[in-house]
Amino acid sequence: MERTLVIQAEGVRKRYRLGQMGGATLGEDLNVWWAKMRGKPNPLIPIGQENDSQRVGTDFWALRDVSFEVEKGEILGIIGKNGAGKSTLLKLLSRITLPTEGVIRMKGRVSSLLEVGTGFNPELSGRDNIYLNGAILGMKSAEIDRKLEDIIAFSGIEHHIDSPVKRYSSGMKVRLGFAVAAHLEPEILIIDEVLAVGDAEFQRKCLGKMKDVAQSGRTILFVSHNMSAVHSLCTRVIWLHNGAVRMDGETDDVVRAYLNTYSEFSDEKTWSADAAPGTPELKLTRMAVERSNKDAPITWADPFRIAIGFRNIGIDDGDLNFGIHVYNGEDILAFASSWREWSTDTPPIPRGDRTVWCDVPGELLNSNDYRVVLNCFRQGKLLFRVEDTVAFEIHDTKREGVWYGKKKGVFRPRLKWGSA
Amino acid sequence: MQQSSPATWDTVIRPQEAWWKPDLREFWHYRDLLKLLVLRDLTSQYKQTILGPLWLVLQPLLTTLTYTVMFGIVARLAPKGIPPMLFYLSGIVPWTCFAGVVNKTSKTFVTNAAVLTKVYFPRLIMPVSTTISSLATFLIQLGLLVVIIGLYALFGGFHWTPSSNLIFLPAVILLMALLGLGAGILVSALTTKYRDLGFLVSFGVQLLMFASPVIIPLEKVAQHATMFTVLKLNPMTPVITATRAMFFGGEMDWHGLAYATCFAVVLCTVGLGIFQRVERSFADVV
Repeated sequence: MERTLVIQAEGVRKRYRLGQMGGATLGEDLNVWWAKMRGKPNPLIPIGQENDSQRVGTDFWALRDVSFEVEKGEILGIIGKNGAGKSTLLKLLSRITLPTEGVIRMKGRVSSLLEVGTGFNPELSGRDNIYLNGAILGMKSAEIDRKLEDIIAFSGIEHHIDSPVKRYSSGMKVRLGFAVAAHLEPEILIIDEVLAVGDAEFQRKCLGKMKDVAQSGRTILFVSHNMSAVHSLCTRVIWLHNGAVRMDGETDDVVRAYLNTYSEFSDEKTWSADAAPGTPELKLTRMAVERSNKDAPITWADPFRIAIGFRNIGIDDGDLNFGIHVYNGEDILAFASSWREWSTDTPPIPRGDRTVWCDVPGELLNSNDYRVVLNCFRQGKLLFRVEDTVAFEIHDTKREGVWYGKKKGVFRPRLKWGSA
Repeated sequence: MQQSSPATWDTVIRPQEAWWKPDLREFWHYRDLLKLLVLRDLTSQYKQTILGPLWLVLQPLLTTLTYTVMFGIVARLAPKGIPPMLFYLSGIVPWTCFAGVVNKTSKTFVTNAAVLTKVYFPRLIMPVSTTISSLATFLIQLGLLVVIIGLYALFGGFHWTPSSNLIFLPAVILLMALLGLGAGILVSALTTKYRDLGFLVSFGVQLLMFASPVIIPLEKVAQHATMFTVLKLNPMTPVITATRAMFFGGEMDWHGLAYATCFAVVLCTVGLGIFQRVERSFADVV
């Protein structure tokens, strides 16, 4: 198959000066001096520098040697933590700032939706602003004339199109801005987190438009934190980490690796004999969230098992029971369940190392963070409780339909719907 | 890897682009934006005012009235031969335009920071559009000058014979626009680093007016050597004296105009050079 490159980035590096050793100009120097005299911190040091590995002396390398190529018709996802260099890369691609080293070559008209609706004039009407915004984004007046009706229809604010934009709600401004940008017909479209706005209906329109753009053989760069959107839209993903390309490949592989790395949850805990919670007769030794593939993140559809490992040291009648409380990220108790409540086979537990487990089916819990609280009972009475056991996250990577916002609710069971 | 010849790429982003080579082709591509920005300036300016575009005429008239009373009648600074009202109006109109261009274009980066850090287009579009919209205002006010002259000729017994030098009017207007634009973009580029300059500009422009023949005719300053030199050094002095000479007769100051032209060319070249450097690093500074 013939390949047509539309973007080629070679050894791109971008440096920001931190300037704590002194400014580049007299003005900066005076600024630093004045701040010092008032006992304030150096105003030239940017706030919130997290990735220390990117700092070399007084310089901050937002991008350290980034090279990649994009072919015509690809929908390339760009993911990474905050501060990984995504925004800097986008700024370079949309020509807002220049690289310190390296070259980026591009073919065709490039449009970026870094922020839709920038350049609106509040005094002018929506219609006038369509022209102004379109022209800022590089459209010719004749081109806007042709598309005007489509743009107004797409925005869904026909009734207010002749009112000044200062009377618009922020939602209306975004819709108008996106409507203009969606009709740009660029060869390369750069999109940054625009899906975070608008209602479901508008999102559906936007995604539909994006898919149209991609199907007509144009190229999309899509930057997002929303893994489900990246997963279902992108054909390839680049993962930026500390200003460099950490991984570049198939969407499935990169998203999976990314989610694994940033899962901060300890889904397995083991305790040494002296630190183990419990009573002298009964000690908790291990708790784990187990699933078929240990390295994969848990997605909404995946079943998993919560396993409780313990050592019975001195309880001979074996009348023990274990219960779990599962709380979600909003600290709502999602469910409470116990072993003897549901198990058909609950023999007395002899001395020694034992395990009790609970299988949680897939397609039940909504995507969220979860933590597990363990209760241990003896003869129906609470023996001890461990608040701090395991935690896990259910990811939402595969989704049908078009809504990419967060689904509400504790549960998201697969339900049968019908109509009559 | 497929090798592509350089000719197939439309955009090549490199660390630094030659600052002395403005991309005119790209500027031309965005001409519709230029047009729309000019229209925006003109239409949004007087929205939500009762008198609307009438302010275009009222502003110079009120200023002229003030100056006529203060400097013409009370201080007796106006020259003989032409009505003080016409003398002041013919100075105020070009000066207001020049001062407006400098003041507005010098704020290019500061007022448009939100757009400029988000979308790319040739930044020069912004100061150029401001200049053009100011010129449009200027032409309307020049019309006002002609109307007032006409009124004086009809009812005030003022004998007006247009000078043949009026054919140079477009050239003088262009010179005035270039002086304003050059100074404006130079300051706008510098204000991204030194914000204080922004505050200084409006004050400086005001001060510069007193070093021009807007209020005091050049002849009246002639005996004061230092003041005379200062006025002669101001490149706007020949623009204003030439405007008056064209409308009310008198010698054109060709030497002064040549000096002002050189001044404008140097100002625009330096301004453009610094402006182009700053527009590329601007997003990193703000």
